[in-house]
Amino acid sequence: MSVLVYTESDQGKFKKIALEATSYAKGVAEMLGTTVTAIAINGGDSSELGAHGASKVLQVSDSKLEQFNAKAFADAIAQAAQKEEAKVVIISSSANAKFLAPLLAIQLNAAYAPNVVALPEGTSPFVVKSNVFTNKAFAKAELKSDIKLIGLSKNAYGLKENPTTATTDAFSPSLNEADFSVKVESVDKVTGKATIADAEVVVSGGRGLKGPENWHLIEDLAEVLGAATACSKPVSDMGWRPHSEHVGQTGKPVASNLYIAIGISGAIQHLAGINSSKVKVVINNDPEAPFFKAADYGIVGDAFEVVPKLIEKLKEFKVNNA
Amino acid sequence: MKILVCISHVPDTTSKINFTDNDTKFDTNGVQFVINPNDEFGLTRAMWFKEKQGATVHVVNVGGPETEPTLRKALAIGADEAIRVNATPTDGFFVAKQLAAVMQEGNYDLVIAGRESIDYNGGMVPGMLASITGANFVNTCISLEVDGNNAKAIREIDGGKEKLSTSLPLVIGGQKGLVEESDLRIPNMRGIMQARQKPLKVVEATSAENATEVTGYEKPAPKGAVKMVDPENVEELVNLLHNEAKVI
Ligand SMILES: Cc1cc2nc3c(=O)[nH]c(=O)nc-3n(C[C@H](O)[C@H](O)[C@H](O)COP(=O)(O)OP(=O)(O)OC[C@H]3O[C@@H](n4cnc5c(N)ncnc54)[C@H](O)[C@@H]3O)c2cc1C
Ligand SMILES: Nc1ncnc2c1ncn2[C@@H]1O[C@H](COP(=O)(O)O)[C@@H](O)[C@H]1O
Repeated sequence: MSVLVYTESDQGKFKKIALEATSYAKGVAEMLGTTVTAIAINGGDSSELGAHGASKVLQVSDSKLEQFNAKAFADAIAQAAQKEEAKVVIISSSANAKFLAPLLAIQLNAAYAPNVVALPEGTSPFVVKSNVFTNKAFAKAELKSDIKLIGLSKNAYGLKENPTTATTDAFSPSLNEADFSVKVESVDKVTGKATIADAEVVVSGGRGLKGPENWHLIEDLAEVLGAATACSKPVSDMGWRPHSEHVGQTGKPVASNLYIAIGISGAIQHLAGINSSKVKVVINNDPEAPFFKAADYGIVGDAFEVVPKLIEKLKEFKVNNA
Repeated sequence: MKILVCISHVPDTTSKINFTDNDTKFDTNGVQFVINPNDEFGLTRAMWFKEKQGATVHVVNVGGPETEPTLRKALAIGADEAIRVNATPTDGFFVAKQLAAVMQEGNYDLVIAGRESIDYNGGMVPGMLASITGANFVNTCISLEVDGNNAKAIREIDGGKEKLSTSLPLVIGGQKGLVEESDLRIPNMRGIMQARQKPLKVVEATSAENATEVTGYEKPAPKGAVKMVDPENVEELVNLLHNEAKVI
């Protein structure tokens, strides 16, 4: 009757969100007086999951699952849940996790709560708190089915070390042809660059940067910080930057530790999407820009003067703290 | 090809979010409702299939009579027929069950829904619908082409894109990219006049239980004051981020 957590990996290494989901699963397991079992599909080093509270790791090694496939992965996780008689299943909020979640919920007949931000308020009734209205509010919802599926918001719970000796069991779910009825033809993924979904720091530019030719400011700043780059909606609408960088209510959500907004006014739709970032820095030449009200740190100044200085100071900082 | 576009009726993006009845109900006072932005992209793509490939396009909403103006707007944009399932959309599972009944009844080949509704951000209705009906499913879809029974789709993934191939029946969770922002249509006078004549069918709900129940809402705690840094002293920002915020 353990709590099952699906742990995602990238190129044989567990992602930070997998360790966060495992930490959270441990918290839930303690509330229920049980243990955590992780399912890892072609995953990384199990001891990392143990360090965050997993007692058992079901390792799936299957070349058919080399590439993500929502239906097949959902099927594998569902079979693991059934084998473990798990009543609570935890997943992350990655694009892949959100893709497979509704399929998994139907297969397990589970009540599904996405964007969950904290441990359950209670387990009987089982009530969880989630982000709704794109971060403009929280809802508390009771999950009424026997099995509960929780999608954990990124960076909401954090990593919690919980040294546990994890045993590793090979697990071979039985997959059928129908699981692969949506085929991956090709993947086009930028490697070696931080993504908005995974980055600890996101540097974002708005219309205040005047044109795509000035984006080196954003990119250089992102590079010193190891950050992902993002932009406001009009910037992507005008084709200055790709759509995949558009953040906000109608674009991607950002839940990084640090979000730096440069030349962005702070419209309600923009703020909605970036509100769950922990620390917000705003650089804008208009002291009345609404974004300052939502910021932790602000600089009123011209981006073309402030950003190069900031890059320089950060480089010095890096040298001194290396 | 028969296409069903799922339309979620949501507060306009500029809406202030408030609650009533002891923080248990969303306060609709003064709130403008619109077609969910992700569904607007989907509806526009459906119009492309109608115009280029002769598809029939129906739109559906699960909701009360108050959603009819939103459905009429979809008709004015060019959908052929609207269906309203007369029920309060209590949760994603309940809505998916209703849509599954409509999908099976109407024998649709393609269901275009949105990646998520901007109100409850569930992101679950399209996948659940596909799973219940046994249709194929592609989420965060940013490009879709259909040739006979085969479909090619592109899906956005964290940090890139993925090309997929599959077959009908298919459900997609669509978003920006499916069509360009500049392709979105505003209903014109002729469309609005025609929409009045188009069928808007009201059907009763099939029995289904909701799997989740909202017990209350909360607003985020108010933010502390912003700390301003002198533009001549950018170094201070670096120090604050390191020593105080501890994020670098
Ligand atoms: C349905 C709908 C959905 C939307 N969804 C989103 C969304 O998801 N995400 C999103 O971002 N927007 C969204 N928007 C758009 C949003 O309303 C704003 O229009 C948009 O966020 C403004 O972008 P911006 O801040 O880059 O540009 P502007 O509002 O033009 O702001 C530019 C800012 O740059 C500053 N500036 C100018 N020059 C300089 C300089 N030299 N140095 C420093 N600062 C400078 C200005 O003072 C100003 O504050 C949506 C709108 C609608 C209607
Ligand atoms: N009440 C509803 N009626 C019709 N379609 C809906 C409804 N709720 C959600 N949908 C569809 O499902 C998508 C995802 O919604 P959700 O799972 O609620 O985030 C929306 O973009 C719509 O296409």
